[in-house]
Amino acid sequence: MRYLTDYKRAKGMGSAKSGVHHFWAMKVSSMALLVLVPLFVFTFGPMIGKPYAQVQAYFSHPFPAIVTALTLIVGFKHFKDGVQVLIEDYVHGYAQKFWIIAMTCLSYAAAATGVFAVAKLALQ
Amino acid sequence: MADVNRGNRPLSPHLSIYRPQLTSITSILTRITGNALLLGALLVVWWLLAAATSAEYFALADSILTCWVGDLILTGSVWALWYHTLAGIRHLIWEEAVGLDIPTATKLGWAVVIGSVILTIATVLIMQGL
Repeated sequence: MRYLTDYKRAKGMGSAKSGVHHFWAMKVSSMALLVLVPLFVFTFGPMIGKPYAQVQAYFSHPFPAIVTALTLIVGFKHFKDGVQVLIEDYVHGYAQKFWIIAMTCLSYAAAATGVFAVAKLALQ
Repeated sequence: MADVNRGNRPLSPHLSIYRPQLTSITSILTRITGNALLLGALLVVWWLLAAATSAEYFALADSILTCWVGDLILTGSVWALWYHTLAGIRHLIWEEAVGLDIPTATKLGWAVVIGSVILTIATVLIMQGL
């Protein structure tokens, strides 16, 4: 190592060359959520605590079903990307890899479960 | 990197050295609210799954979401959702290299804090009416 110059050691180490993709993915999902979140709060929210028959009837309409499913898909994608940065900042080594994989799996599983539930309510 | 001198270099200032400021607290809260929203999101998914399963299972999930603990988590989630949304708008503004000077950043910080509280109260009032 001592035969290498400082320049030679630093060259090529500056950037991972893939960070922009993550930044852009967060930007796209955040712009989508800017529209979806208010729609979700005021279409999904009122159904909590309502009678079962009313909830079933409500989600058989296209608008509440699509807004709910779309918010869960985009929301969990946004969460998956966001929690990855949280883990990368505070957890290192094998634990970091474990938690990124675990939270990615949880995000997709939760989104799939939510979409299945909405689809079943909407189409039954 | 074995030849890197780690012995006598000055350490960068750490969290304990900084005085808490509006800009740093609002930034940390953005991360906390965004990640804590997992709890509310999983409750919503569970509630939907119960609604898609049976009347009995729905009654159980709905009673847990509407008990005082559920109410507390959902109301907290509504605040976290509005806070994270407003803080996200602030980030989208900053990414255009706008509003990065300290007076504007402080104003945007207060807008996020006060705006999130107002939107939460408005949401709770509207939900009670629906």
